[in-house]
Parts: sequence; C-alpha cells; structure tokens
Amino acid sequence: MKITLTLNGNKHQVDVEPRHTLTDVIRDACGYTGTHLGCEHGVCGACTIIVDGEAIRACLMFAIQADGRTIRTIEGLAQGNTLHPLQEAFVKHHALQCGYCTPGFLMLATHALEKNPDITDAELQDVLSSNLCRCTGYQNILAAVQDARDTMRTPS
Amino acid sequence: MKAASFQYYAPTSIADVVALMAEHSDAGIRILAGGQSLVPTMAYRLARPAHLIDINRIAGLDQITDHGEFLEIGALVRHEGFAANRLPARLGAILAHIANHIAHRPIRARGTFCGSLAHADPASEWCLVAATLEAELIAESARGVRTISSADYFRGIMSTALEDDEFLTSVRIRRPADDTLFGFFEYSRRHGDFALAASLVSFQLTAGLMQNVRLGLGGVEDYPRRLAEVESLLEGQSPSAAVFTRAGDLAAQHVNPSAADVDYRIELVKTVVERALQHANETT
Ligand SMILES: Cc1cc2nc3c(=O)[nH]c(=O)nc-3n(C[C@H](O)[C@H](O)[C@H](O)COP(=O)(O)OP(=O)(O)OC[C@H]3O[C@@H](n4cnc5c(N)ncnc54)[C@H](O)[C@@H]3O)c2cc1C
Ligand code: FES
Ligand code: FES
Repeated sequence: MKITLTLNGNKHQVDVEPRHTLTDVIRDACGYTGTHLGCEHGVCGACTIIVDGEAIRACLMFAIQADGRTIRTIEGLAQGNTLHPLQEAFVKHHALQCGYCTPGFLMLATHALEKNPDITDAELQDVLSSNLCRCTGYQNILAAVQDARDTMRTPS
Repeated sequence: MKAASFQYYAPTSIADVVALMAEHSDAGIRILAGGQSLVPTMAYRLARPAHLIDINRIAGLDQITDHGEFLEIGALVRHEGFAANRLPARLGAILAHIANHIAHRPIRARGTFCGSLAHADPASEWCLVAATLEAELIAESARGVRTISSADYFRGIMSTALEDDEFLTSVRIRRPADDTLFGFFEYSRRHGDFALAASLVSFQLTAGLMQNVRLGLGGVEDYPRRLAEVESLLEGQSPSAAVFTRAGDLAAQHVNPSAADVDYRIELVKTVVERALQHANETT
C-alpha cells in the first residue's frame, strides 16, 4: 500500500506492508536511520519520535497508521550546521556515551520543552523516566535538559 | 520481532467496525486502539490476527461525557485524557492521579481506557477502577448492543466476557455521591512499571463514620476485584490508623496471589490496602 509521510518537512511516498512499523519504514524505506530500535516492544523508548505534535514510541505504531501525518525525527533537530540547544546541552553535560538512546531522549525532551517551556525539574524527571539509557546513569541527561530549558527560556 | 502479515482496515464509523467484526471473527480479527499492548504482542507473534481494525480514525470516540448520573468514557479516550479533566472534583482528581501511574508519557498519549479493559492485564489500573467503582461496559456487535456490569466482566488473566465479534464502544462509571472520598496506592519496582499490587478505595463519612465502603485490589490475583470482607469490616467504623492496619491484615487473609512470589505479594497487599485508606483519609 502507498502512503505519504511528511518527514522533517519533506514528503515521502513509500510502499509499505501493513505489518511494517513506523520505525522500520522511516529507517528502511525513507533512509533516516537516526531513529533507533532497541526493544521493539515499547519498553526502551529508543524509537521515540514526534507524530502530529505528540511524542510516541514509533515501534508501537504501524506506518500505515501514519499515512498523511507530519513526523519529526532526530534528523530534523539541527538547523544546517547549528545544533539545537538540546543537542548543545547534551554535548556540554556529557549526556551520552554510546549514543544509542540519544535520538529517543532528544525527541522526548524536545516535545516536553515545546509543550511546556516552563516545565519543572520534577516533571522533567517524570518525562525522562520514560526512556532507558544503559550508559549514563541519567543524571547528565537530566542536567542537560534542565540547562537547555533554561537557555531556551532566556535566549542570550 | 516483526508482526506477521494482516489485512488492515481503518473504518470511520462504529457500524463499519461491527460489520467487519461479524464478517471476519472466525478468521481472527482484532481492534487496534492505542496499540500499546497489542503491537508488542503482535511483535512477539503471541497474537497473529489475520485482520486488524484500526479505530483511530473514528470521530467522536475520544470524549469523556458527563451524563450527570454517569460518566461515559469513549473507546478512544487516552490515558492522558484524564490528566487535565473537567470531571466532578474528587472523582476527576483520583482518576488523574491514577492515570499518572500507568506506564510513561508517550504510552499514555496513545493507550486507551477501553483498550486497557479489553486487554484485561491483572495489573491494569483502569481494570481496578472498573472493578471497584460501579462500571458498565457497552459492547456492540452485529447482533446488537449489550451492557456488561464490571462485576460480571473479568473472567481470568487477560480473559473477559467480551466476545470475538464485539467492540467495546464505551465504559460508563456511575457518578459517586459528591462527598465520596477516594484513595489509591500502588507499588511497582519503578515508577511507570506494572503494579505488583494496587488498591483503590472509596467511602463517604457520615457523622465521622465510613459508609458505602468500596475496596478493590489489583495486580495480585488473576483480575482485580472488590474485597467484601474488608468492606464489611470498615463499614460503620471511624477511620483510624488501627482500623486501616486491621483492614490490610484482613485483605491479606482473603487473597490468592496468582504470581509466583506469593508471600511477598501478601505482604504488599497489607501495605497497599492500608495506604489507599490513608490516602482517602488525607483527602477529607
Ligand atoms: C512499557 C509499557 C508499560 C506499560 N505499563 C502499564 C501499566 O503500568 N499499567 C497499565 O494498565 N498498562 C500499562 N501498559 C499497557 C498500556 O496501558 C496499554 O495502553 C493498554 O493496556 C491497552 O490499551 P491500548 O489502547 O493501547 O490497546 P491496544 O493495544 O490497541 O489493544 C489491546 C487489546 O484490546 C483490544 N481492544 C482495544 N480496544 C478495544 C475495544 N474498544 N473493543 C474491543 N477490543 C479492544 C485489542 O484488540 C487488543 O486485544 C504498558 C505498556 C507498555 C508498552
Ligand atoms: S524500540 Fe520502541 S520502545 Fe524500544
Ligand atoms: S548513551 Fe548508551 S544507552 Fe544511553
């Protein structure tokens, strides 16, 4: 079946089987491999992307369900060579080691900060608890997102 | 871990759903709501439906309607839909509080109340809500519409009174009296994980005594249920730490954990029952 996805602003017409998940189609058919697959059953959050303004687990949505929708993945975060403030903060705070979980955390955090720029530390901790990271111990991720929230609120 | 092939449908009306269910129920047909339980089971190939009906394009099912006597929760009301609700004050507050215990944000943005009831995980918070409060499930098929009382609904682990060709269009919760107090407590190893034990309680206070006590327990047995013995113990008593501890002890004597770690679960039962009661008492 033919579906159309608007991916980071570009329209992609792809042929999918109903059983293909959105992650598989974004990676294999559209060629955007920044979105990772960890568990493929909803537990780890590595596949987190933003579909029509909502952060979701892309391994739990069939691509066919996203026909006609607007999707944002990690590839759409930086503007040319300028990193997104969240990406800058991840570098600054050493919020990644192997980097496998990073695209998922960045999309999760992007959604949280866009939805509520004044999100509290406690709420951020709750949101970020959605995803798993086997390397960092989470503290640096939390610190990076808090820092990005503060810079994005008061642009210098 | 990829799902097996299936035929996909995205109907836009309830009538189309029930017609498809009638046509394909023999070949294996499933409804796809939030997909937060079904898609993992399909990835594991524990479920291999030949036909899948995606209900997400049906308009009007995403509302919680206050009919006065009861609240009606449509088949596409997401867990998150309870976060900032405009429901009657105390009931709205407890449902929002409970919703926050279900999984994580991205899952709450997709998963539905009705899907949780159809799935009937023993540890589901919404199943505990339906079992404890007065709830009715509205099931529609080509054979007609029927109403199932929550007391008759649960049959076993992930097993319910819903037939293969039935679509759960909504769940109705009878509106409790406005002065009803609610308390909830669940224990899970990490915030967002499935509960190892959870309890929901509601009662009114008349002249300082507990009346119309409802006490439900989830996560421990095959499905959540009210504990009649504990309710009778509490009925007419004045709330106190001592009474709550006795209620927890009595609850522990009347449960049959289906999990392997029986002794541990029984200890948890005491704790969650006692703390749910304390929680209700703190909201006075
Ligand atoms: C990591 C993770 C953690 C989770 N933690 C929790 C938790 O702590 N507590 C909890 O309760 N849940 C938890 N869940 C499950 C989640 O809440 C699901 O959203 C819920 O169990 C099912 O709702 P759904 O809308 O996603 O249903 P789906 O996954 O779409 O469907 C589930 C089942 O119900 C059937 N179905 C769905 N809607 C209907 C309907 N209207 N009529 C008839 N049949 C229907 C489907 O055919 C399928 O068999 C978790 C899930 C994940 C991935
Ligand atoms: S790959 Fe989607 S949640 Fe793990
Ligand atoms: S940086 Fe390795 S999993 Fe998070």
